[in-house]
Amino acid sequence: MSAARTRAAVALARSANALARLAGSGGTSLPGRLLLRLEPSALGHLAERLRAGSAVISATNGKTTATAMAAAIFAAGGQPVLFNRSGANMAGGVAGTLLELPGSNGAQPPLLGLFEVDEMWLAQIVDALAPRQIVLVNLFRDQLDRYGELEEIAARWSTALSTPPGSAADCGLCADDPLIADLGQAAAGPPTYFGIEDATAASEVPFHALDARHCRRCGAPYRFERLFVAHLGHYDCPSCGAKRPRPQISAQQIALDGARGSRFTLHTPAGSATVSLRVPGLYNIYNALAAATIAHIRDVPPATIARGLGSFVPAFGRAEALALDGKELRIMLVKNPAGATEVLRTLAGAGEQLCLLGILNDRIADGRDVSWIWDAEVELLAGRLTALVCSGSRAAELALRFAYAGVERSRIAVESDLRRALAQALAQVPPGSTLYALPTYTAMLELRRLLGRGGRSLRRGQ
Amino acid sequence: MSARARLRLCALYPELMNIYADRGNLIFLERRCAWRGIELRYERRTIGEPLEGERYDIIYIGGGQDRDQRLCAEDLLAHKAAGLHAALAQGAVLLAVCGGYQLLGRSYEISPGDELPGVGIFGARTVRSAKRLIGNIAIEVQPQALGGLLGGAGQLSRGGRLLAGFENHAGRTLLDDGQAPLGRVVRGHGNDGASGFEGAVREGAIGTYLHGPLLPKNAWLADLLIARALRIDPRELQALTDDLERAAHACALRAAGVRAWV
Ligand SMILES: [Zn+2]
Repeated sequence: MSAARTRAAVALARSANALARLAGSGGTSLPGRLLLRLEPSALGHLAERLRAGSAVISATNGKTTATAMAAAIFAAGGQPVLFNRSGANMAGGVAGTLLELPGSNGAQPPLLGLFEVDEMWLAQIVDALAPRQIVLVNLFRDQLDRYGELEEIAARWSTALSTPPGSAADCGLCADDPLIADLGQAAAGPPTYFGIEDATAASEVPFHALDARHCRRCGAPYRFERLFVAHLGHYDCPSCGAKRPRPQISAQQIALDGARGSRFTLHTPAGSATVSLRVPGLYNIYNALAAATIAHIRDVPPATIARGLGSFVPAFGRAEALALDGKELRIMLVKNPAGATEVLRTLAGAGEQLCLLGILNDRIADGRDVSWIWDAEVELLAGRLTALVCSGSRAAELALRFAYAGVERSRIAVESDLRRALAQALAQVPPGSTLYALPTYTAMLELRRLLGRGGRSLRRGQ
Repeated sequence: MSARARLRLCALYPELMNIYADRGNLIFLERRCAWRGIELRYERRTIGEPLEGERYDIIYIGGGQDRDQRLCAEDLLAHKAAGLHAALAQGAVLLAVCGGYQLLGRSYEISPGDELPGVGIFGARTVRSAKRLIGNIAIEVQPQALGGLLGGAGQLSRGGRLLAGFENHAGRTLLDDGQAPLGRVVRGHGNDGASGFEGAVREGAIGTYLHGPLLPKNAWLADLLIARALRIDPRELQALTDDLERAAHACALRAAGVRAWV
């Protein structure tokens, strides 16, 4: 009976979807939310049609990229995939993605669902989808006004892994994030761990940037032998003996190539392969390892994993590159101190003089509290900026942060109108060079909308 | 003002009490001093270390996660209380933000029914409530509230000055009779969401729920602290190019729904 209700609700929600697309607002989670309103159990019913089952990925940072990377790997292996590519990652967004399911047709190959899931929605979505894999990548301080403290999220995730249907899933956990690795205790089966094994890739991470300092089991401070990204590294607890598990999936022999990408050797129990990534930084190597972990659990051979990762093109504001009148615009989403610091570190490692467009919004999806900009290592860019234009609803506060990080005030401009800010920043970029845009989440959406609709007039205005 | 002015700042538990980017306040003070040729020496004192209060002109304590707050509460009583009182008696400035403010009252209920004793810098006790008070906040500081800090200079104009910031706290801080608040809430919740009071002031000590980097949003308060730490009138401080500072102040006030008076 409820399957019949799901069919009716799906038909209605699909019409809403079609209408939304006609109105030019495709990609919202509205049709999915409507579907769940009409039929709360629709998520589970629709997911049953994913005959290859589903996998979910959650993290504070990188889940959109990791999910898209996993999709690229499965595409390389010829496995049809459905995934929430627009980053709509709460129940409504997942439902909206499931609305794209083709009608049942026995002749089609079994479809695999890949879903990035918002931290707070993990338990609920695992409950509805009963995924075969759950991969957890990292936990950072992010939007404390909305998400609360890290240990609360870790506790929720622990419950999701230890109770059905989550306990039936294979789980993939980042060995290098102590909070995530410790969730292995809650998993029903042995987890697959992933991590970085190249000690030479360790970076100078300031101690204040560590979000997980105390052992989740006993409360004593962790001892970090080396750190790669924020609190992700090699560690142990001198008090209770908890230590980083040995990862089965690892990155070794890492070579970073500035803001362009990286190369590394991927090791798995099924063999090794060389991976070239077209997204920069160690943080994206963690995303690649998370994607590789799902693929490995699903028996994708290392060579295919490497081919898929190599074909991955960044999208949706995650180091996405766009051509604008002989110049390049690279959009690098920033949303919390740990993620922003890695982006800044990557830019600093690019070894060039940079033009930057920083856009700080404080809408609900960004977090209303913009305090975090003072915890990002903006100092890394002091002496490296030829021009900085700050925009967004809190533009002046972002500009102030850069001024106090040592960027000369004469190079800083504040322009709250995004269209003018973009034009002003682009004008300062020499032909053939790159403008780096660092937007918060809603600023990234605004920027893409601006480029999509007003791109032409903006180019003419050049 | 002497070009060789020097200040000593002590940050308490900076690695634990930095949940909302509290170090923004330290960066802000350090830069504003440096631009004026004032040397700001930075030291930190953490768990188990004594606080030699007489050594410092400015003491800062920020906010932390619950687990860290408990560690700090116990340590404050055991190793820092005497130093804090001594520093204030010598005319030092103390800025306590969010969790740090809570820990400096008479008592702090960290979880329902679990009350930790405080060091009693402020005549206040903090109880816990299930509902967090979250959002942008603007307060109006009464000149008389900062009388101790201003040393009678009466610098504040137009019946008060505005502070803008962000608050996020489950604690409700109730001031004792006779304990002066820092200001009155213009927008937001403040100490308890009901009294209309925000923060507390005693001599050179300021406690406030405006969390994390509140000084970058309110450069005038940063300068007030610097002047008081130097034992000079704020008007004697060298003026700086404060264009971005004024814009940031107005921006933060606007976020709280208050139009700046600039
Ligand atoms: Zn331990």
